[in-house]
Amino acid sequence: MTPWRPRLGACVGVVLRWYRFMTEKLKHSQRDEDIFVKALAARRHHRLAPVVLLLLALLTTGGVYAALAPSTAQAETVSTADIETGKKLFQANCATCHGSNAEGTDGVPSLVGVGAAAVDFQVSTGRMPMQMNGLQAMEKPRQMNEEQTAALAAYVASLGAGPAIPTDEQVDASLGDPSNGMALFRTNCAMCHNAVGAGGALSEGKFAPPLWDTSERNLYQAMLTGPQSMPVFNDANINPEEKRDIISFLVEQRDGSAGGASLGALGPVSEGLWAFVVGMGLLIGAAVWIGAKSS
Amino acid sequence: MSTATHDTNREAPAKPTTTVGKAADYLDQRTSIGVAVKEFARKIFPDHWSFMLGEIALFSFVVLIASGFFLAMFFEPSMALETYEGEHPANMHGQLMSVAFASTLEMSFEVRGGLLMRQIHHWAALIFMASIVVHMMRVFFTGAFRKPREINWIVGIVLMILGLAAGFTGYSLPDDVLSGNGLRITDGVIKSIPVIGSFLSYFVFGGEFPGHHIVPRLFTLHIFVIPGILLALIALHLFLMVLQKHTQFPGGGRTDKNVVGYPALPVYVAKMTGNFFIVAGVLVLMGATMAINNVWNYGPYDPSPVSAGAQPDWYMLFLEGSLRLMPGAGTEWVILGYTLPLNVLVPAVVIPGILFTFLIVYPFVEARVKGDDKEHHVLDRPRNVPVRTGLGVAFLAAFIILALAGSNDLIATHFALSINAITWVFRVLFFVGPVFAYYITKRICLGLQRKDRELVLHGHESGRIVRYANGEYIEVHTPLDDQERWLRVNYEAPAPLEIAPKTDARGVKRKGYGADKRWQGLSRFFYEDRVAPVTPAEVAHSHGEHDEPNGHDQLNGSERQAVEAGVGTTSREH
Repeated sequence: MTPWRPRLGACVGVVLRWYRFMTEKLKHSQRDEDIFVKALAARRHHRLAPVVLLLLALLTTGGVYAALAPSTAQAETVSTADIETGKKLFQANCATCHGSNAEGTDGVPSLVGVGAAAVDFQVSTGRMPMQMNGLQAMEKPRQMNEEQTAALAAYVASLGAGPAIPTDEQVDASLGDPSNGMALFRTNCAMCHNAVGAGGALSEGKFAPPLWDTSERNLYQAMLTGPQSMPVFNDANINPEEKRDIISFLVEQRDGSAGGASLGALGPVSEGLWAFVVGMGLLIGAAVWIGAKSS
Repeated sequence: MSTATHDTNREAPAKPTTTVGKAADYLDQRTSIGVAVKEFARKIFPDHWSFMLGEIALFSFVVLIASGFFLAMFFEPSMALETYEGEHPANMHGQLMSVAFASTLEMSFEVRGGLLMRQIHHWAALIFMASIVVHMMRVFFTGAFRKPREINWIVGIVLMILGLAAGFTGYSLPDDVLSGNGLRITDGVIKSIPVIGSFLSYFVFGGEFPGHHIVPRLFTLHIFVIPGILLALIALHLFLMVLQKHTQFPGGGRTDKNVVGYPALPVYVAKMTGNFFIVAGVLVLMGATMAINNVWNYGPYDPSPVSAGAQPDWYMLFLEGSLRLMPGAGTEWVILGYTLPLNVLVPAVVIPGILFTFLIVYPFVEARVKGDDKEHHVLDRPRNVPVRTGLGVAFLAAFIILALAGSNDLIATHFALSINAITWVFRVLFFVGPVFAYYITKRICLGLQRKDRELVLHGHESGRIVRYANGEYIEVHTPLDDQERWLRVNYEAPAPLEIAPKTDARGVKRKGYGADKRWQGLSRFFYEDRVAPVTPAEVAHSHGEHDEPNGHDQLNGSERQAVEAGVGTTSREH
């Protein structure tokens, strides 16, 4: 928690200095007609006003700080205690397959050097701990909460250098360029995930999942770490800004289609199916109705 | 003065009084159009909902033409490159693309109502093909292609193929990735044709694929050549339909020499107008609420990307499926330096070739194996021609299996199956499925025919059990009414062809015997298993054979009638 103190101290100092400056100013300009000064007119001060102001300032600063940089704080604040917790969690939940020191066992990958990003992706999407052996780990409700996930990630990251969890800024869809993202997505991703990320089939029952509900952070981590059948798109291949562009493109797709119901965004097969179900269904129904009308 | 003397004998026609009447009279005096109107207004059409399937195709074609007009005003068929400056959709802003693609986007996002028109046009195309295929199924299964309508059947097939061509050329116009993938497959199919393939591909694309010519060429075909021929052939199709009169379903009083139905005016004019508005309304509703072919999802064409779920529109899906099913290994032969790519040639050329050949030759083959040169205006009930119905269902099964195989990736993801397993299942099903479908359908038809015989001979089961004074129980059967009986006994069940013997009286081998023998074999396939309709003699016999039942007094009026008519059956008869 080291970054808190100096910054808070600085904030408190600024507020106090501003308060002192204002009270000084008020003393010297009693007849000032300025509305703000009126409101704070020295004679109307309650004696607890400085305390209230101080509390407000503290809340604002703390709130702004918390809103702007939580994950950086999280990333920066890995403590040995977290790693210890993570190790315990790992041994209780993961070591059966990945080995007691995450060195991997027969057919199960070693986690040394996979980095915090891989752990956060697998655990926060519920893929790990794995429910059962299968072609690929299925997404399911997560079993570890935020803190446990962070502790596990800290532990695995401490085993060897690997990709870190991306910052909120890195995955902020509103900062990306969806047009460039589209170009990158269709060259690198669409052959498995479908043109707009509706998902697709891979060999032998494996599949590339739909990306409609995947969080921005998980999207970034998936590109960075290449879970399961997915290739790794490291920063030399697709740089962080381009990754953000792809996220921006995918998030834009969630608004639906300009043309109406998107029918799953699956292309001509679903369109053909609906043409028969809705179109031919209604028209043949109408034909039967008209045919039954006269005779 | 001959005309004057002639006219004096007639009562002078009343002068028209209304505005419409005057206008019609004005036109009639100058064109004699009244004759044609009178003739057409009194034309009788039989009534059945399935006769409106072709109308759905006709009306969706009208919608296609109307919306196509609109689209043609904004589409620019050029493959020149430009940078898209439009703000919508955001994922296309600043992309380098062909003018064709950019104008498609502008049409969708800048032109008022443009996207609606595009979607109506595309849905109408899908419904056009769907209604053509369903209409064709109706014609096939009811035998409406028989003499004198073989020519109109062929016209219909050409219309269907032109519809495919119109769909394909239109689908490829926006120059997006998906349509480009389709064109790439087309290019591959063209190149698979032995010897001339590469030359033909250069000829079609004006150079190496994709080149800069294909969009303008497809545009010309799509808006000019194909709709022109379509329009002419639709006119011919309808003209022949009116000329030859519409077929009718079997029923009392309906023969090959009459048409039982209602006059065109006012009944069918009202029905057709209503149906047109329904078709147009449904298509607009679909265009307004359901997104179709959002090309900006795929982006401007670039030969490198192919997305998952890349498929053609449904009517081409069977070709996609046959390409997906064909094993690649070992099917590409190199003979004397020429490549014979059977992995493309068989699924993309031979398979549709078999389908279309079957459709074209079927009416002639059936007439030949039946030895039939009579005119037919009364339709067959599908059960009464078991082999035809079976064959139709078999081809339909093959078509559906291929279309499903073309969607194998979506089946895999949506039903959590292995795509490899699905592909193998479809490979086997493609050969086994149609045979199975044929056999099952034929057996069902024969069973239904036997059921008809049973009904005609014994009547409906009434569910009333009657006990006679001597302790005998019977179930009272109610006889069929005349209409019901007519429907079930008026059909042909031809026997296989009889052919002249191998040698003549002097023992000399007859010319053409071999061919006759083969036709006879085919005829046996068609007509060996048959259930003959009940003859009047059989009906009389069935009614007469019962013993006079005792204890009439215990029966109520209708039951006594039934028993006296002899339709009551007892268990000992069976």
